[in-house]
Amino acid sequence: MSTNTTAAAATGTREWRSRFPTVNYLNADYGIWSWLLTKDHKRIGLLYLISVSFFFAIGGAYAGAIRLELLTPMGDLMQSSTYNKVFTHHGIMMVFFFLIPAIPGVLGNFLIPLMIGAKDMAFPKINLLSWYIFMAGGLITFCALLFGGVDTGWTFYVPYSSNFSNTYVTLAGLGIFINGFSSILTGLNFIVTTHTMRAPGMTWFRLPLFVWSHYATALIMILGTPVIAITILLLALERLSHVGIFDPALGGDPVLFQHMFWFYSHPAVYIMILPSMAVISEVVATHTRKPIFGYSFVAFSSLAIAVFGFLVWGHHLFVSSQSVYAGMIFSMISFVVAIPSAVKVFNWTATMYKGSISYDTPMLYAFAFIGLFLIGGMTGLFLAALGFDIHVHDTYFVVAHFHYVMVGGTVMGYLGGLHNWWPKITGRMYPEGWARFAALVVFVGFNLTFFPQFLLGYMGMPRRYHAYPVGEPMWQVLHVMSTGGATVLGIGLLIPAVYFIWSMRYGRFAPANPWPGTGLEWRTPSPPPTENFLVTPVVTWEAYEYRPIEELQTIGPGEPDQPIDGQHPANRGTETEER
Amino acid sequence: MQSIPIPNISLPVPFSPEQASTFAPHVDALYVYLVTLTAFFTLLISAAIIFFAVKYRRRQAAELPRPIAGSMVLELTWTIIPLMIAMTIFVWGASIFFKAYRAPQQAMEVYVVGKQWMWKFQHQTGQREINELHVPVGARVKLTMTTEDVIHSFYVPAFRIKQDVVPGRYLQTWFEATKTGKFYLFCAEYCGTNHSGMGGYIYVMDQAAYQQWLAGGTGTESAASQGQKLFQQRGCASCHQVEAGGQQGLGPTLYGIFGKQQQIEGDGAVTVDEGYIRESILNPQAKIAAGFQNIMPTFQGQVSEEQVLQLVAYIRSLAPAGQQQGGAAAGAQTTSGPTTGGVPPQQQRSNPLHPSDVRQGNPAPQAPPAGGGNTGNANRQQ
Ligand code: HEM
Ligand SMILES: [Cu+2]
Repeated sequence: MSTNTTAAAATGTREWRSRFPTVNYLNADYGIWSWLLTKDHKRIGLLYLISVSFFFAIGGAYAGAIRLELLTPMGDLMQSSTYNKVFTHHGIMMVFFFLIPAIPGVLGNFLIPLMIGAKDMAFPKINLLSWYIFMAGGLITFCALLFGGVDTGWTFYVPYSSNFSNTYVTLAGLGIFINGFSSILTGLNFIVTTHTMRAPGMTWFRLPLFVWSHYATALIMILGTPVIAITILLLALERLSHVGIFDPALGGDPVLFQHMFWFYSHPAVYIMILPSMAVISEVVATHTRKPIFGYSFVAFSSLAIAVFGFLVWGHHLFVSSQSVYAGMIFSMISFVVAIPSAVKVFNWTATMYKGSISYDTPMLYAFAFIGLFLIGGMTGLFLAALGFDIHVHDTYFVVAHFHYVMVGGTVMGYLGGLHNWWPKITGRMYPEGWARFAALVVFVGFNLTFFPQFLLGYMGMPRRYHAYPVGEPMWQVLHVMSTGGATVLGIGLLIPAVYFIWSMRYGRFAPANPWPGTGLEWRTPSPPPTENFLVTPVVTWEAYEYRPIEELQTIGPGEPDQPIDGQHPANRGTETEER
Repeated sequence: MQSIPIPNISLPVPFSPEQASTFAPHVDALYVYLVTLTAFFTLLISAAIIFFAVKYRRRQAAELPRPIAGSMVLELTWTIIPLMIAMTIFVWGASIFFKAYRAPQQAMEVYVVGKQWMWKFQHQTGQREINELHVPVGARVKLTMTTEDVIHSFYVPAFRIKQDVVPGRYLQTWFEATKTGKFYLFCAEYCGTNHSGMGGYIYVMDQAAYQQWLAGGTGTESAASQGQKLFQQRGCASCHQVEAGGQQGLGPTLYGIFGKQQQIEGDGAVTVDEGYIRESILNPQAKIAAGFQNIMPTFQGQVSEEQVLQLVAYIRSLAPAGQQQGGAAAGAQTTSGPTTGGVPPQQQRSNPLHPSDVRQGNPAPQAPPAGGGNTGNANRQQ
């Protein structure tokens, strides 16, 4: 950096001091409408934070009810029909209204423009619209659950859902259908934003891996979501007017539904995990102060996952009457799709080698993510092995597998990400001691909840069972462990909820770059101004490039880099406009 | 793939159901392999992480480690080695699967109908059971299954077998029990309110006990002769000849038709199998036998799935002794094959089944295997 820039940076600091904390995106406007009609991606991210937390809490309450029922083998807490609704509601809320939107909606929205040095998303109004659509879909589905419920399982398999269930399938489906448009619009916004809004100097290979991973996620959102929309539409048609697409009595094929459902829902598991991998890449780099080992392998593995993820849906149908040869092909590709995930795990681990590893909470969640995702991914290989899946398909083994990837993976990443960027989002630090403690509680509770379920599944306990054989004392022991673990996990999740809220008022003020990180989001004040950067940043460094210690200071305190005169003529106009 | 012996393990694996079928040791062996791999990689990565986290923990607030960009050699190593390991799992898993879904040709046949929320069984010898299935130990038992309503899934953990049953189709699975006893039967596919109550037991008995059970059984009329009654009652006989050499009626003669190729209107031919017969009864317009009018009424809603299966059993029995396939009488024709290793090739052929109806690894044979000497059931009929 030239002396010129340093001088400019110093001016920047003064300017920044005079404006912070007086004006930032949080206090730039007041009043409910300034939030509900905001086009600021950061505020929209916060709207998502509030709404997904709400849906997560609902889903969590249902999970509690499931675990209570399974304490005893007799179905004695609620009736079977109630229990069936409870696990269905749990699944629908968690999958469609928490896991899929959480990280892209909250962190993706908040961070992508900041990370690429843009003022906002490419389509700020569409971004707001996405949130409204999400809320509409979520509330419609929530009403369906409140006013009668659904008992088909989150997978909605026909002909049970089309011809037999007397519950609010269509209404719940409508909510999910509507919600799909939110996903599509968000994906569209991410893609266009990444293509067109990058700051000068921010080449594709200087992008933080967070952006690459979200880009891959967005591709899946755009290509996959229309299929679930069509599937739900056909299901509704089938229920309302018996068109016979899925009804064998009318010449339809019930297994076709499963193909269509999983054509979306398998890629959807990558909508859930890729953003979490996005977070982990950032957290590992920031908290080891090293560039991610094998940057381009990690970047391209995200794209590989997005592409191959579309080719393996049939691994959910191994015993459903799919042909043996189709089963073999799907099985083989499932093994291939696991490799890019493995590559990421190895690269994150290698990044820690000779790093400067901090034990701050985000890093603790990253440790947890790597370990738990490893087990989740490996057990995915168990399930992808045809002969093995015959035995454990639709048992608790599958339940344990997907909770290891979705809770051990997605939720750990989400929590790690929230802690990592909380200082940026709120301008306050969370209490580190409590946060580390909570991370430990979450980790222990999680394993106690879900590890026994692998054993239960291998022993033959089918999933979605309201009652299980009294003659199997071991099954009850494992279920009791699982319920105990769920209690611990529940507490572990409540602690952050409390201290996050507490910290918004009482937390220590956060510096612009507390860890410090190298991304552009750390080079602007915490919380950032509405326009993100006081001047348009010009990127002259590689991703995760930690400068020598003297220069860290200039990166550290949080003033934006100044565009160097003459170097980026295209940018000069913007700069003056900015001032 | 059959020629490669599939590994198996006969030691009891902790936290696993009893091993009571010929598949169980194979699945358990694969499980042990997978658990070992997972333990290895989990320990490897965890050890690395813990080691790095301790050794390279941050000692000074401002320290900056030297960047390391990456290494092509390492990337290739940890791409190729896991891929190769994954392929070993694939081959192993696929070979067990292949075995599990190629029903042996000679087996004791049982018809299974799932229904909210019970399992109904029909033995060829006429015994009917609900939520209980009695089978002899060491016998190959082939299940031909369908459902009257929603999708269910036939699951016996001790046998390590599972097969969804789908409305409108016949699907098959098979097992050979290796141990006498009482084993759980579950429905594994969520099927509505009382899903967790839809189960029962498989009773595996030794030959003597099984014969005794057969003798004491209630419905002793065989499935085929029940089918014969239905055939008369429903008026099928007014159009279809059932005798050899008789005059063609308005519909094709059914004598000896099972397993044959049937020319159909339009193009092509189909093999007459369980699925085709079922379709012809419930949805006759779907495929019209060449040279006949589209006049057969549908019996959809008039005959239950169980009755369709009885009709199928009857039509199968309409053949000269010695030319029928499958349907070996319970107990009498059980082959106790080797409990490990591959099934001899000539026994791997399943009944000729329509590929779209039955998930079979092998293509449906073009003609019925001639004279299998598999006459137990037929003799009883005639
Ligand atoms: C290493 C890559 C993975 C492989 C090879 C894999 C494999 C499988 C297989 C074969 C099944 C079907 C099991 C059955 O129903 O019998 C399955 C189920 C499932 N997996 Fe994975 N999986 C992987 C990663 C993931 C990830 C990353 C997620 C989510 C974040 C995920 C979520 C799920 C879910 C939700 C189900 C069950 C859905 C249901 O039936 O309700 N999986 N997985
Ligand atoms: Cu999948």
